[in-house]
Amino acid sequence: MSLLQSEPIRVLAFLVGIIAFAALNAAYLVWLERKEAGHMQRRIGPKEVGPFGLLQPIVDGIKLMSKQLFLPKGCDPILFMIAPLMVMVPAIMSFVTIPFSETLVARDINIGLLMIFAFASINVLGLLLGGWGSGNKYAIIAAARTVSQNVAYEIPMLITVIGVVMVYGTLNLNEIVIQQAGGFWHWNVLNLKASLLMPVMFIIFFICTLAETNRAPFDMAEAESELIAGIYTEYPGMGFGVFFMGEYANILIGCALTVILFLGGWQSPFGETFVPGVIWFLLKLYAIVFTVIWIRWTYPRTTFYGLLNLSWKILIPISLVNLILTAAMLKVF
Amino acid sequence: MSVLLQDQNYETFEINLGPQHPATHGVLRVILTMDGEYIYKAEPVLGYIHRMHEKMGESKTWLQFMPNTARMDYLHALAYNHGYVLTVERAAGIEVPERAEYLRVITVELNRIASHLLWFGAFVLDLGGFTPLLYAFDDREHILDILESVTGARLTFSYFRFGGVYNDIDDDFAPATLAFIKRLRSRMPMYHDLVTKNIILMKRLKEIGPISKEMARRYGATGPVLRGSGVNYDIRKNEPYSVYPEFDFDVPVYTECDSMARYMVRMDEMEQSMRIIEQALAKLPEGETIVKKAPKIIKAPAGDYYAAVEAARGTFGVRVVSDGTNSPYRLKLRSPTYSNLSLFGEVAKGMLLPDALALMGSLDLVIPEIDR
Repeated sequence: MSLLQSEPIRVLAFLVGIIAFAALNAAYLVWLERKEAGHMQRRIGPKEVGPFGLLQPIVDGIKLMSKQLFLPKGCDPILFMIAPLMVMVPAIMSFVTIPFSETLVARDINIGLLMIFAFASINVLGLLLGGWGSGNKYAIIAAARTVSQNVAYEIPMLITVIGVVMVYGTLNLNEIVIQQAGGFWHWNVLNLKASLLMPVMFIIFFICTLAETNRAPFDMAEAESELIAGIYTEYPGMGFGVFFMGEYANILIGCALTVILFLGGWQSPFGETFVPGVIWFLLKLYAIVFTVIWIRWTYPRTTFYGLLNLSWKILIPISLVNLILTAAMLKVF
Repeated sequence: MSVLLQDQNYETFEINLGPQHPATHGVLRVILTMDGEYIYKAEPVLGYIHRMHEKMGESKTWLQFMPNTARMDYLHALAYNHGYVLTVERAAGIEVPERAEYLRVITVELNRIASHLLWFGAFVLDLGGFTPLLYAFDDREHILDILESVTGARLTFSYFRFGGVYNDIDDDFAPATLAFIKRLRSRMPMYHDLVTKNIILMKRLKEIGPISKEMARRYGATGPVLRGSGVNYDIRKNEPYSVYPEFDFDVPVYTECDSMARYMVRMDEMEQSMRIIEQALAKLPEGETIVKKAPKIIKAPAGDYYAAVEAARGTFGVRVVSDGTNSPYRLKLRSPTYSNLSLFGEVAKGMLLPDALALMGSLDLVIPEIDR
């Protein structure tokens, strides 16, 4: 125990742990996605490699790694190679502040929430540069779409988060979770004392998470029936693989934030304490991830203007109203 | 339309939609001149899968050409069989037994449902919804099993012969068909609940891709595209052939002229096809399935003959010119999708790329039929 508390070992353990968590999740979320899609479509999904197809992600990974990493004609080689990393690295960096349980957090810093949003914005830059650097017209259209989509959806998302921060008075994610202690009726999503519109805020935040992570029905960056594969059109082998891992890592971050801000993080839903918090956190996290995948295989894709209309005409006004309501209620009560 | 489009000096760029593109369902190529995401000009380029079917017809005997008809519109192959035998029977003066006519109608209508089901799945796939495709294919599989039992093929049927059909149905056919109809009837409300009433789908189809009545007529559009523009025109009603006049069925017509109207026409047509099949199975007469004295070698008297049928995508017309020998002197096929596609350039102008692809999906293109 004393060994774990020495600082260099702690940093190393968390570094390895976070990268392993992100990479394993990226691989097995693909498996989950394929299995879930399969069962929704009355198929079985992967089943040949290993029991229940559990080794499928490893085989896929080996396949991707064995592909030649060629540079397409007319691309910008530096941007083309850097872009996947710019999606992957910030996503993994964001894990640093995520509290998996009361003690299991790499850096319990006071501006954790701010840091995650700062890193999340780099993700967009990576997608833009990837599309631009590919020198492919489809990729450039997709890149332009992604940027305006992310700009449009960051606004309602941040307004929602400001509401939450006003309620709890802190940017420290662990403290936000601690304040939601004591059963699911204390969770922020049901925190009607702070704002009557809190459940609506939860839905807005969740929609924005879907849009920010480019998930269906807002998958404008990929849009395979319109733009072939969007930004990823020209990417070979692990170039695509790293984008893909980054995408899933971003989904995990988005879902983890949803759980922390609205669903009580590692708090037990019944207020007891003998089940470790990390188990509750992961359960809630994967329930949200499952919902995200469920939505993808249920709905058709929106159009680009429909998506912007939703953000500017519906989500932003509602979240502003909620912000004012929250402020007023905090002042009065 | 984008404001920018009206400025002549504004810079545009070209992208190639196809010949390999997920949304064109085949080897169609469209050269799009784009202004951002707005389409400034759309120019379809055809010919990637041209196989000279018409010329092949001139060098083959009348019967030898029969399998070719199934390879044009492979999704509604039996209607193409039907159009060709109808013309040749008209030319050679062959009478068809009553039972064979009924079998033709039953199989053609089953095939029409299969075609519309595949279109339904592929169309929602174009809009980004993957799951309905597999449900539609599940239903279509039942039709293919039924058709396989009677025709021996699952896709490129060559079931019809001059003077009848080549194989009688077995005892399992009618129960299997009725069971399928019951199954599809129970599933159509599910499709409407989950897909038609989905708000994203409605927003993507309503008032998108308007094809006015006048424009549809000008381009010679037929089938669901024409009926979705408010024109009540169906060869089965307007120029009845075979035994269609004996059945009671409606022609769905929608006057909204948008992609949703074309979608609804096809969804409703499946129900009407099921009504026709039920009536035909109930009335199915006993007797020959092919005329006894069918000539071994067809020799149509010299002349000019035409017949048309209502295929899943519109009017399929066959015109033959015979010089009295055992093969056609000239064979001309009028395929519906060719006319329907020619609309695309005019309608797509000023549309956004995703909307144009929704429009293209609602035209229900089958590329081998366009190129022949």
